[in-house]
Amino acid sequence: MNKIALRANSLSKWFGDGEARTFAVKSVSFEAMAGEMLYIVGPSGSGKTTLLSMISGILEPNAGEVLVQGSDLWKMSSNDLADFRLHKIGFVFQDFHLFPRLTTVENVAIPLILQRMDWNGAMKEAKKYLEIVGLANKSELPPVKLSGGEQQRVAIARAIVSQPDLLVLDEPTASLDGDTGRKIVEFIKKNVLNENRCIIIVTHDNRIFEYADAIMKMEDGKLLGIERVKYEK
Amino acid sequence: MLGIFKIALKLLTNDKGKFSALLMGITFAVFLMVMMMAMFSGILSRASSSIDNVGAQVWILDPAVNNVSSSIPMPDYVLDFAKSIKGVKHAEPIYFGGALVKLRDGTYQGVTVVGLDDVTLYGRPNLIDGRIEDIFAENGFIAVKDAEFDKLENPTIGSEFEINDHRGKIVGIAKVSQSGLFGVPTLYTTYNRAITYIPSSRFTMSFVLVEPKSPQDIPYIQDQIKHLGYQALTRDQFIDKISSFYKYHTGLGINVLIMTIISFIVGLSISGQTFYTFILENLEKFGALKAIGAKGRELVAMILIQTTFTCLIGYGLGVGLATSMMILAKLRMPDYAAQVTYTNLSLAFVLVVIIAAFSSYVGVRKVLQIQPFDIFRG
Repeated sequence: MNKIALRANSLSKWFGDGEARTFAVKSVSFEAMAGEMLYIVGPSGSGKTTLLSMISGILEPNAGEVLVQGSDLWKMSSNDLADFRLHKIGFVFQDFHLFPRLTTVENVAIPLILQRMDWNGAMKEAKKYLEIVGLANKSELPPVKLSGGEQQRVAIARAIVSQPDLLVLDEPTASLDGDTGRKIVEFIKKNVLNENRCIIIVTHDNRIFEYADAIMKMEDGKLLGIERVKYEK
Repeated sequence: MLGIFKIALKLLTNDKGKFSALLMGITFAVFLMVMMMAMFSGILSRASSSIDNVGAQVWILDPAVNNVSSSIPMPDYVLDFAKSIKGVKHAEPIYFGGALVKLRDGTYQGVTVVGLDDVTLYGRPNLIDGRIEDIFAENGFIAVKDAEFDKLENPTIGSEFEINDHRGKIVGIAKVSQSGLFGVPTLYTTYNRAITYIPSSRFTMSFVLVEPKSPQDIPYIQDQIKHLGYQALTRDQFIDKISSFYKYHTGLGINVLIMTIISFIVGLSISGQTFYTFILENLEKFGALKAIGAKGRELVAMILIQTTFTCLIGYGLGVGLATSMMILAKLRMPDYAAQVTYTNLSLAFVLVVIIAAFSSYVGVRKVLQIQPFDIFRG
């Protein structure tokens, strides 16, 4: 039995007050397990991204709590929370957000640099992770010289270089063609997921559903349910 | 933090287009600011050159006098009175006037004639050729070898010339620390010869030069001279008076000030605008850094190092360019009145720091406003 990586209790986020109050996420509770790849799916405006932002410590909920490895994210000071994100949570953004003026390896090393690792050590470590994502030979190129799939893999390398326990990916296949998208998710499943790490993916790309361990459906800010499936590939 | 600074500098310098634009803007602004201030400083310095060259500690003058070249002659009793003041070691007259020298080709050249007290020669220049006592010889003049020397056709000892229809003879060549502002050569002679050769009004003394017994006596001397209706100024006070005249009563100061402000605004605009564009282009990336775990103070440090680095390089290039221009100009035009002083450099540095602070503020404000959630929301 895997341990619980993340627990969300009655999470709510609303905008506006009084009659104008609109719920983006309404009283959502769930658990994500270590070693599990959990998808948050639903139509546009269902609150997927808002939920992802709250559970990854970048958008404060109006109500509820988020426990990652037993630590309540939203009871931490902003500096402690930033440190927690830096060490425990990896992010892969929809548009990758790689720095075009830095080389690939420098982009990957950014979390280590922020952790105050020395420059040479950070580059050495980043190169290891570029090897893991199969881009060791492109470490000195700027990201703009890479294909969309390769940039996605650089973003993944950057997200895992600090060995986070929780990895969150926002629409990882949205900028990629179907085949590349599937390959990326398959790669994540095989090479990035491990028994101590939980991966949460926000997507509405049903072509990659087959790789999920659990699928959480949302609509109008509410959780419709979690379906845990057995990945067999 | 060094790694973060390195990342910040790479982000900046690898964007060669914007980095060049930033550097060019700041370099150009610094160049203009330093040039303007250096020219003004050079003019002020040249305007006071006679005070430095004569070297007296205290000058007695008519209060309406604003610079050495436009003195108002004083009656002899001023000199007598000055000599009688307790605390005065000695006091001597000096004459400044203009004359015309007829050159060999028949053309005329304006000169400044300095007449030194016949007994003491107080305020004499340093000779590089000849003997000072030869100034007492018939028609003896000492020519100053400065940037204007060649206008007298590079005379040597023994050279004869015609000055205001009198015969003159060069008996010595002198050097002075600075040339004058108006581009005319200088000749030294005795006081009596000067007032004989140059048409004068009833009074002839341009200034009285005073050597006090001690610096503590100066306030008393000044007070006594004031009772007489004249002014006794120390060397520095006289230089300040001349500087104030050029700064506030000739239009020169305000023009230089306006040009300096325009240069500053040009630099501020180019730097602020380019840096703002640079930040806007990378704003989402800064947001992503925040999401990853960068703290606000780290992002602020990144921006500060970027602006500081750019402004320091731009400052260095601007100062280098300005001094190179001045050196080149002085090679071709020895009269070129521009000088870089520590005050100029400090003022330009302060203005560059303001440019850096403004550019940083623009960037910091934008970067601190971006929320990591905005990155997810797209």
